[in-house]
Amino acid sequence: MHRYTVQRVGFALLTLATLVVVAPILLVVAVIIVQGAAAIDWEFLTAMPRDGMKAGGIFPAIVGTLLLTLGTALAAIPVGVGGAIYLSEYARDSRLTRAIRLAIVNLAGIPSVVYGLFGLGLFVLFLQLGTSIVAGSLTLAIMTLPVIISTAEEALRSVPVEFRTVSASLGGTRWQGIRYIVLPQALPGIITGVILGLLRAAGETAPILFTVAAFYLPRLPRSPFDQTMALPYHLYVISTQVPGMPLKIQHGTALTLMALVLSMNLAATLIRSHFRRQRQW
Amino acid sequence: MVIPMGPSAPKVLIENLTYRYGDKVALRAVNLAIPAQTITVLFGPAGGGKTTLLRLINRLNDLVEGTQRSGRILLDGQDIYAPGVDVPALRRRVGMVFALPLPLPGTIRENILYGPRLAGIRDRATLDEIVVRSLTLAALWDEVKDRLDHPARALSGGQQQRLCIARSLALEPDVLLLDEPTSGLDPISTGKVEASLQELKQRYTIIIIPHSIQQAARIADYAAFFLMGDLVEHNRARDLFTAPRDRRTEEYITGRFG
Repeated sequence: MHRYTVQRVGFALLTLATLVVVAPILLVVAVIIVQGAAAIDWEFLTAMPRDGMKAGGIFPAIVGTLLLTLGTALAAIPVGVGGAIYLSEYARDSRLTRAIRLAIVNLAGIPSVVYGLFGLGLFVLFLQLGTSIVAGSLTLAIMTLPVIISTAEEALRSVPVEFRTVSASLGGTRWQGIRYIVLPQALPGIITGVILGLLRAAGETAPILFTVAAFYLPRLPRSPFDQTMALPYHLYVISTQVPGMPLKIQHGTALTLMALVLSMNLAATLIRSHFRRQRQW
Repeated sequence: MVIPMGPSAPKVLIENLTYRYGDKVALRAVNLAIPAQTITVLFGPAGGGKTTLLRLINRLNDLVEGTQRSGRILLDGQDIYAPGVDVPALRRRVGMVFALPLPLPGTIRENILYGPRLAGIRDRATLDEIVVRSLTLAALWDEVKDRLDHPARALSGGQQQRLCIARSLALEPDVLLLDEPTSGLDPISTGKVEASLQELKQRYTIIIIPHSIQQAARIADYAAFFLMGDLVEHNRARDLFTAPRDRRTEEYITGRFG
């Protein structure tokens, strides 16, 4: 009897722990939806901000975040996937590759504001890209690389080594085996990693703070070397920097950012399960 | 050891081959001549170096790190480890079938055509012909001709293994290496594979690691007995299995060890 009591108490505690985790998430989502939904209409999503951002829409911030995410993808995907292919398929286990792996793990742990300062130093000032979409995207890409490289490498390694052997035994070069067998099989995992990395990039404020984000720029960017508004930074600005900002607009912006990120997440899940169903081992 | 082989030069000639994985010796000073258009079985207890030898003949062990090799392997008199050898081309000439059937992702047709396509064959009619020819040779055509575009994974184990044989044959190799190709198969499938090997030796030189001595005796023209990296005995199969010259061979065949 005693044993069952212990078990019941244990289960109760575990359930409570789960609730403690889930409840805040649900509350945050609920509050943002309830408060923000009222703000969202066609004008909010498609108009320029007016009256010191206290009225009008957040269109330039939405476009800015999409552009930054696109720029990050363009820079981070080739480098990240290429690096993962090198580490998984070509690199021998040496002091150098171990150092590279260690660096990747550590990069993932660096606070994002450090990336921001690094981007300011390297891209904005040293390479003279100025505060621009290019500089911001490159900064976000560097922050994203560790996630992409490590998940892509994991995905490549999970493809059975026998496929590579079979490909070689049929006269395939190492690259042909990778190109025709390994990469297609690893694709769902790689896509997941890429999207997870881009999600993080889309929601970050600190890395874009000094490299691209404009405080108030009620127009669309004119070139890749232009500044832009972006949702996370805009949210930060209207929440802390502008007195008398209507709560509705803050929540509306938060809801927009959340919806954007969640829909990317959903897309990632759908893509992954689509490819998983085609996978054959 | 002089073995009567007929007039032609050996297809594969292994000369004083020693091979190490790190400190561990896998093959010790092996000399072996393999005549064309015959079935040679490599047999003996596990760890004898049979699989290693097989994987050296098409240089698949190039993928393994930390190994050392001395001695030569000649294919039609050419040293396959000579500098400048085109390794993918060598592997097209020396096909390999593994112990477990390993269909590549994709359909039956895609499996057959993987090698030929990499070799640069693009012509539709030629490719179709290759599919029919290699599946027929591997005694699988009748069973799969209506579902060439179905996933290869949907085949039974025995069918998958014959598909793997067909996939190697699609490249029209000179030599076919088989590493216990029937170890995962039921007796009926095994019978089919063995029967198709008898057909195949009319055209190809076959080197096979059998999954039992019984199988070795059933299919072999020549047999080579390996023990812990040494080639103990090599002879015509009917002589080796009925009158082994080495005591260790005799003990293994009669089941006293291994």
